[in-house]
Amino acid sequence: MSAETPTASKTVEALPPPTERYSVVRWLHKNLFSTWYNTLLTIVMLVLAVLAARSVLEWALIQARWEVITVNLRLFMVGQYPTDALWRIWACVALLAFLIGMSWGIWGRMQRGGAIAFGALPFVLAIITSDELSRLALVITGVAGIVGYALSWRWGAALQRVSIIGWILYFPLLFVLVSGFGADDSVLPPVPTNLWGGLLLTLLLTIVGIVFSFPLGVLLALGRQSNLPVISWLCVIYIELIRGVPFISVLFMAQLMLPLFLPGITIDRVVRAMAGVVIFSAAYLAENVRGGLQSIPRGQYEAARALGLNSWKMMLLIILPQALRAVIPILVGQFIALFKDTSLVVIVGLLDLMGIAKTVLAQPDFLGLQAEVYTFVAFVYGVFCYLMSAFSQRLEAKLHAGR
Amino acid sequence: MRDVNSGMSANAQSTTDPIIICRDVHKWYGNYHALRGITMEVRRGEVVVVFGPSGSGKSTFIRTINRLEEHQRGQIIVDGIELTHDVRNIERIRMETGMVFQQFNLFPHLTVLDNITLAPIWVRGWTKAQAEEIAMQLLKRVGIPEQARKYPGQLSGGQQQRVAIARALAMQPKIMLFDEPTSALDPEMIKEVLDVMIELAESGMTMIVVTHEMGFARAVADTMYFFDQGQIVESGPPDQIFGDPREARTKLFLSQVLSH
Repeated sequence: MSAETPTASKTVEALPPPTERYSVVRWLHKNLFSTWYNTLLTIVMLVLAVLAARSVLEWALIQARWEVITVNLRLFMVGQYPTDALWRIWACVALLAFLIGMSWGIWGRMQRGGAIAFGALPFVLAIITSDELSRLALVITGVAGIVGYALSWRWGAALQRVSIIGWILYFPLLFVLVSGFGADDSVLPPVPTNLWGGLLLTLLLTIVGIVFSFPLGVLLALGRQSNLPVISWLCVIYIELIRGVPFISVLFMAQLMLPLFLPGITIDRVVRAMAGVVIFSAAYLAENVRGGLQSIPRGQYEAARALGLNSWKMMLLIILPQALRAVIPILVGQFIALFKDTSLVVIVGLLDLMGIAKTVLAQPDFLGLQAEVYTFVAFVYGVFCYLMSAFSQRLEAKLHAGR
Repeated sequence: MRDVNSGMSANAQSTTDPIIICRDVHKWYGNYHALRGITMEVRRGEVVVVFGPSGSGKSTFIRTINRLEEHQRGQIIVDGIELTHDVRNIERIRMETGMVFQQFNLFPHLTVLDNITLAPIWVRGWTKAQAEEIAMQLLKRVGIPEQARKYPGQLSGGQQQRVAIARALAMQPKIMLFDEPTSALDPEMIKEVLDVMIELAESGMTMIVVTHEMGFARAVADTMYFFDQGQIVESGPPDQIFGDPREARTKLFLSQVLSH
């Protein structure tokens, strides 16, 4: 026996796991050209892909008249929001950048590449834009984001509470800034909602939809499980009724019926649409949250009760945190659907991003440019949906740390 | 600073008056008669072991004491408070009664430390610092202070069950209920949990333990109760139960449990 033979007394050295290393040629052969029909398929697909890419690029770079977007960009973003009040929207954007930067520095330090890309975005846009005012605002936005990130990088955990309070205060502040108050000659003169439009309106509808339908949905889900028959029946009736009706009819009902139910009070058209979004979304959320509640084993309830927690504390501290965590992907999926569904408010005469697209296409100068306009609208929706879904994945990874 | 053991030494002084009184307790699941007239008195500081075949109602019985199951006839009085539909009474009794489950039932979304401090903070109203100090004392007592910042899913079964015991003790209960605490554990982990329970019994804690661990029963039980078909077939000190069981059913069951 040679001296190198490992013996039991020696500590066994851990080997690294085997890695499969392929050269490019071998990878190509294995995945694309392994048999004659795979080779044939690969070649046919390649030809088709090249042809498709060529015509798409030809259209996008040469034929497409993108000036329809650049000329109407402000319309797409904020609708007919008055020019002298635009600074309020920019203030909201800059504040948002600050909060995102701060939160990123506190909770997302691992994603430094994403942070750099995100931080550079406003400056890139500032270079592209031709409007001096927008350029200044974009630079301020970018700086706000970087300052937020730097602050939290320096002080980190100490700013956690500040940033949470900041986010909670942001939403009411957003509405005060956008809608204004007081007389017409005050610091923030009111902007009537029929001037709100474009992406601004789409985002406001979505934010209100999420912020209000989420607690309502959780309460409905808890109510449905209640031991009190009156409460659980009311919740079941509400949920099933709303889920049995298309979103468009809920929107119509909110427009036409709310004024009937509340005589003497005139409710703004946009507020009625928001109510419709919230009413509709809450019913679906309730069912998703119920799914999460049912995934919690009975032992969790028993352990909480055995420790003397009352029903409310048990729900808030033990059951809901686990139940909501279990359904994050479903909830975010629903929020994405809500975001896209807000495009239906065109039906009740509001000019959200989709509504603006229609009015732009009706301008005599830009007749027949559907392809350009809808491509742009789809791109904007796509970017926001991607951001939401990327955020949900990060959140999930964060919350499942250690398990 | 609170002393974790102070409650227990006070218990040990008055060992005569019963802290738990059960009189003719009945329980039905639909038409199934699960408990058929259980009568039992437990003194302060007494260690009671309940054993018997599965389906004999021993788990159901121990769960009626802190109202995880509702009894439908008879009377249960814990530390002078009768269990009725009054929610305040139920919550008072639950504050005085710790429970350890077969499946541990730790809260997976909280760290070990947060699992232990949750109830003292939210039910007893202690400050976070106070609760964490007691929690660390208890983790030392059950032998795993180094695991405080981990999540339950990162611990072995035996460690999880010891955290569960610490979590129950953090409320400084007068009574500890154990519902088959070692039945879900690998053999090598049973001992570490039983050691903690033996130490607890010796410190004077009032305990009701549902278990198949006959060695544990022989070592620390004051009284053993043999359950079968929802009734107490036989009870007595371990010497009598093991040495001279009177009922044929007890003999048969013990011969099956002890044969291996």
